[in-house]
Amino acid sequence: MSVRDENIIEVEGLTKAFGDFKAVNEISFVVKRGEIFGFLGANGAGKTTAMKMLIGISTPTSGKAKVAGFDVFTSAEDIKKNIGYMSQKFALYDDLTVRENITFFGGIYGLKRQQIKNKSNQLIEELGLEDVKNQLVGSLPLGWKQKISFSVAMLHEPKIVFLDEPTGGVDPITRRQFWEMIYKAADEGTTIFVTTHYMDEAEYCNRVSIMVNGKIEALDTPQKLKEQFKADNMNDVFLKLARG
Amino acid sequence: MKKFIGFIKKEFYHIFRDRRSLFILFGMPIAQIMLFGFAITNEINNVNVVVLDLSKDVSTNTIVNKISASSYFTVTQLLESQNEVESIFKKGKVKAVIVFEKDFDQQMRNAGIAKIQLLTDATDPNTANTINNYITSITQNYAKEINQDIQLPFQIVPESRMVFNPEIKSVFMFVPGVMTIILMLVSAMMTSISITKEKELGTMEILLVSPLKPYQVIIGKVIPYVFLSIINALVIILLSIFIFKMPVQGSFFLLGLESVLFIITSLSLGILISTMSKTQQTAMMISLMGLMLPVILLSGFIFPINSMPLPLQVISNIIPAKWFIIIIKGVMLKGVGLLYLWKETLILLGMTVFFILLSIRKYKIRLE
Ligand SMILES: Nc1ncnc2c1ncn2[C@@H]1O[C@H](COP(=O)(O)OP(=O)(O)O)[C@@H](O)[C@H]1O
Ligand SMILES: [Mg+2]
Repeated sequence: MSVRDENIIEVEGLTKAFGDFKAVNEISFVVKRGEIFGFLGANGAGKTTAMKMLIGISTPTSGKAKVAGFDVFTSAEDIKKNIGYMSQKFALYDDLTVRENITFFGGIYGLKRQQIKNKSNQLIEELGLEDVKNQLVGSLPLGWKQKISFSVAMLHEPKIVFLDEPTGGVDPITRRQFWEMIYKAADEGTTIFVTTHYMDEAEYCNRVSIMVNGKIEALDTPQKLKEQFKADNMNDVFLKLARG
Repeated sequence: MKKFIGFIKKEFYHIFRDRRSLFILFGMPIAQIMLFGFAITNEINNVNVVVLDLSKDVSTNTIVNKISASSYFTVTQLLESQNEVESIFKKGKVKAVIVFEKDFDQQMRNAGIAKIQLLTDATDPNTANTINNYITSITQNYAKEINQDIQLPFQIVPESRMVFNPEIKSVFMFVPGVMTIILMLVSAMMTSISITKEKELGTMEILLVSPLKPYQVIIGKVIPYVFLSIINALVIILLSIFIFKMPVQGSFFLLGLESVLFIITSLSLGILISTMSKTQQTAMMISLMGLMLPVILLSGFIFPINSMPLPLQVISNIIPAKWFIIIIKGVMLKGVGLLYLWKETLILLGMTVFFILLSIRKYKIRLE
């Protein structure tokens, strides 16, 4: 993994209000190219809302943000060409087979037919999907779906991939395997922006931010955060933060 | 372009792998047209009628012969006096009694007008009405025949109102309505459901994060339904022509163009509905209550518009289906061209543009 001293995401005072309620309240941070950046917080902290602003499908109420060098207010279309996204809701087509899903998403990202073919063969082999490649995705276990989902988000080799609770609801073994996939992508130079509410997963990240009620209350490497809060693990860090 | 082909392919997978959509798309149109064509028509066949002929002259004889010769009626009995009429109705087998006045032929030739009294069993008002129309048409034909030979026109009955449907085939009146409903159903309801389905499942988000522009996503979702609607329109027209022997008096080309226009109107309504609803359920309810109901009740399909209360007549003007029904009736039954239908066409076109603009606005708002 090679984290470079180059900001690929820059956020300053970013805010999203729904009426009077500020779901995201003046958050500021930067993400370095090649980094695995953990975006932590309890349910309802505002992680998804913040991420949607960064990927260009939700306009911020105020503040500034640049992703891959493009402004979220003015160049959302350019941002979209440079990122991959895996949403918190599982979002492949249940009534399409594994192969059809890969072909479809490859297609809308503008991959050439031959590229799509190579990619899907490679993907099917790596994920061990040979036996189920022509089965409808709906019939597969959740863990598999999520791995396919991640691979689909990576199909067009984006500079940054945004993962919103990618491991929600799956067993620890599958979570491990999932993180191995994340590491592999990071090794190949992709910047990873990942939200989670599993605090143990924070240990896998280069740096983490912890969000509480719309604000970022802590941001550093897991090591430094544990020192700062005199805690044994990230879970304790989080608990201490939450208690105030 | 290649992106589009992939998109459309995917949409067809969705449609063909879902039994419910398959049924709505292909089962319903055929079932509906058959239902309306065969079961719910007002058509009558070999209805029993009796005749009370107080005149027994050439004219009445010819008319009675014409009536019994038609496949609609069987003349079961010739009555002798007015007294028998009531008892014959009570038995229930006879649906109508036809009474010719005394000196029918003479009246016609001297006074220029002769009367036939038609008594129908109105326990089934629909049938009674149809019998009325059929008999009217038969006597009117006879009047026409003899008027050809003689200078002074004779009159037997009031003029028939059904000028463009001389055989009074009710199925002809239903086909335009059924076609309208089906196109609306397929185009508006199916698209709105399929778009909201992607919202509900969260795949819409993924599509919007992709390099596809929002309008491309919508067009990609809509195109398959344009195809399917066109196929449906064709099937309905072919069924009407070959099974119900419905004539298409006007130009097929115009009929096609107008149908495509209405399909696009419905699709734009479908898109509009999808911008207003978060779930498939809502989309379906809005489509059914907001579109189907007005089409059935206010478009003139079942209830004639000019017999509605005035406020409803006014409301009926904002229903696209009303204009489309006027257009296809015009093309199919009257054989008129754009010269006579430009106003209706323009209205439909205007509505379409309006709906599309409105959806674009709404769509932007939804994406915040
Ligand atoms: N479209 C919206 N309208 C109103 N409130 C919203 C909307 N989206 C999210 N929220 C609220 O914003 C808060 C943060 O939500 P979210 O970003 O989904 O949290 P997280 O992803 O951290 O669980 C929640 O209280 C949620 O109810
Ligand atoms: Mg969330």
